[in-house]
Amino acid sequence: MTAILEATDLARHYEVGRGAFRKPATVKALANASFSVEAGTTLAVVGESGCGKSTLARLLTMIEEPSAGRLIIDGEDVTAGRSDPAALRRKVQIVFQNPYGSLNPRQKIGTILEEPLEINTNIPAAERRQRALDMLTRVGLRPEHYGRYPHMFSGGQRQRIAIARALMMEPKILVLDEPVSALDVSIQAQILNLLSDLQEDLGLTYIFISHNLSVVRFVADKVMVMYLGRAVEIAPVEAIFEMPQHPYTRALLSATPVPEPARAQTRIKLKGELPSPFNPPSGCPFHPRCPHVRPEICVPVRPELVQAGPTLVACHGIEQGWIPGAATVNGATPELGAERLA
Amino acid sequence: MVETTNPTRADMPLKKVARDARRAMLGEFWHYFAENRGAVLGLALFVLLVVVAIFAPLIAPHGPAMQDRSALLVPPAWEAGGSSTYLLGTDAVGRDLLSRLIYGARFSLFIGVVVVGISLVGGILLGLVAGYFRGWIDIVIMRVMDVILSFPSLLLALVLVAVLGPGLVNAMISVALVLIPHFVRLTRAAVMAEAGKDYVVSARVAGAGPVRLMLKTILPNCLAPLIVQATLSFSEAILDAAALGFLGMGAQPPTPEWGTMLAEAREFILRAWWVVTFPGLAILITVLAVNLIGDGLRDALDPKLKRS
Repeated sequence: MTAILEATDLARHYEVGRGAFRKPATVKALANASFSVEAGTTLAVVGESGCGKSTLARLLTMIEEPSAGRLIIDGEDVTAGRSDPAALRRKVQIVFQNPYGSLNPRQKIGTILEEPLEINTNIPAAERRQRALDMLTRVGLRPEHYGRYPHMFSGGQRQRIAIARALMMEPKILVLDEPVSALDVSIQAQILNLLSDLQEDLGLTYIFISHNLSVVRFVADKVMVMYLGRAVEIAPVEAIFEMPQHPYTRALLSATPVPEPARAQTRIKLKGELPSPFNPPSGCPFHPRCPHVRPEICVPVRPELVQAGPTLVACHGIEQGWIPGAATVNGATPELGAERLA
Repeated sequence: MVETTNPTRADMPLKKVARDARRAMLGEFWHYFAENRGAVLGLALFVLLVVVAIFAPLIAPHGPAMQDRSALLVPPAWEAGGSSTYLLGTDAVGRDLLSRLIYGARFSLFIGVVVVGISLVGGILLGLVAGYFRGWIDIVIMRVMDVILSFPSLLLALVLVAVLGPGLVNAMISVALVLIPHFVRLTRAAVMAEAGKDYVVSARVAGAGPVRLMLKTILPNCLAPLIVQATLSFSEAILDAAALGFLGMGAQPPTPEWGTMLAEAREFILRAWWVVTFPGLAILITVLAVNLIGDGLRDALDPKLKRS
């Protein structure tokens, strides 16, 4: 398997003006994200609100330019600046979280589906129509939906339409920005099944952005955990759920409800708030909230991603071994609190 | 949107489908428009007005500038002293009021259409550019609009006419300029609200350029308030042009423009009520009809108000 998407030190900063008399602040929405995705697999990106998930989505779909770093899509460096945008459009498409906002209320479904073809190709109208009708069937809608407006559909149907539109250009990579979190649980399952069928049939690569770990477990091959614009752990999905490494990942997993009432759950409660991205902590961004923090190293030195078993993790504690490494989620939790060093 | 089938590839069923789709779309539009009784009434009045304006020479019993020296300030036919020759009476120089009103419909509609046309197109373009690109170009456009808005509209129109020279065409241009800021502001606000929505972003990901995004993706979603503003402006244009005529800067006598007629008649308000009442009523009915149509259009054009 070859990597279809490769990001190296990808970063995005925003200048935020704070009035006429103060210096504009820089928000590092995404800092030094490095990862790669193999063709035909799913990379899930998880993390709490404001950790840079959606910024990553915007960079991958080239809605925004990265401030730094390199992004190679299907062997082509899109950050080099001389690539053909129309050709790249065919490779990466996006599905948004809110299906009520992502479809133009003034356009009929047919027009919405045909728009990418109309802009990027010179396929004649009759064939465009045929392709749109085929795509409707493919995502589980009926051909007569072609002439209807988005407001006539339910949330799940709209998300199907959004997926159909993203697939019209036959992309290789689909960025799914929380595609099911606005939907009912029963509809979520339908959409997730549709997505996995489509992946199998069309050999798609998914970047699946989510904060719902149960969903991630279902769809992902590889998981990237993000915290304050940085990747703190990248690992195959089994590794993340069976032996999470980074203390933040452990906390995140312990917050996921498990459908087994008998099983004792120990919540790792993180103290404090997500720090302001205007003024991120020095060293390890997680140190103010980490139960294992050792101030002499975690505060001044930023940890790099290092290999630990199948996992890439950015944590001094794992690297130097003072945090017990291979631990199962619920089994490991009791000693986590006791481990804490002042 | 309507399909345009490529002739080399077109086969009959598809062409037929496209034609049916167009007819269905019109039928659908009429269905929703017709639900609003007031709008249909307004449309009927407006159509009547347009017909009257077009066939004025056939309908009007007299010429608009023809004077009958023997019949000055004759009251309407049903009043004491009225004559059936002059159904709505005559003005101070013996011209038939009905004929002048019929010819005046031409001018009023013409003024409304031209002024709204100029300010709508100009306002939408400026507003789209300001709201879409933001930054310095937005600041420049909006500050110029603020300057225009900070003058009393009639005063500004007067100044413009004074510079351009009095006359109907120049009056229309200046009224259009005065009305532009309303359209710019409305468009800009609507564009800013829409531009951040996901469907715009996904159109951008699909490869749409700025022009397509502005005109095809965003603009149709901003039209409802613009239609309402356009109808209001239609009446405002007629009124402003009339005011300019009143001040001697708009349509020049003996042009049978309703506003100018109103102005000419002001010294007879107490003696001959019909000379002011009928042009006033004509303006009122026209404005009302246009506003009713505007309401109906807004409801019919907004898919969210449709019941599926």
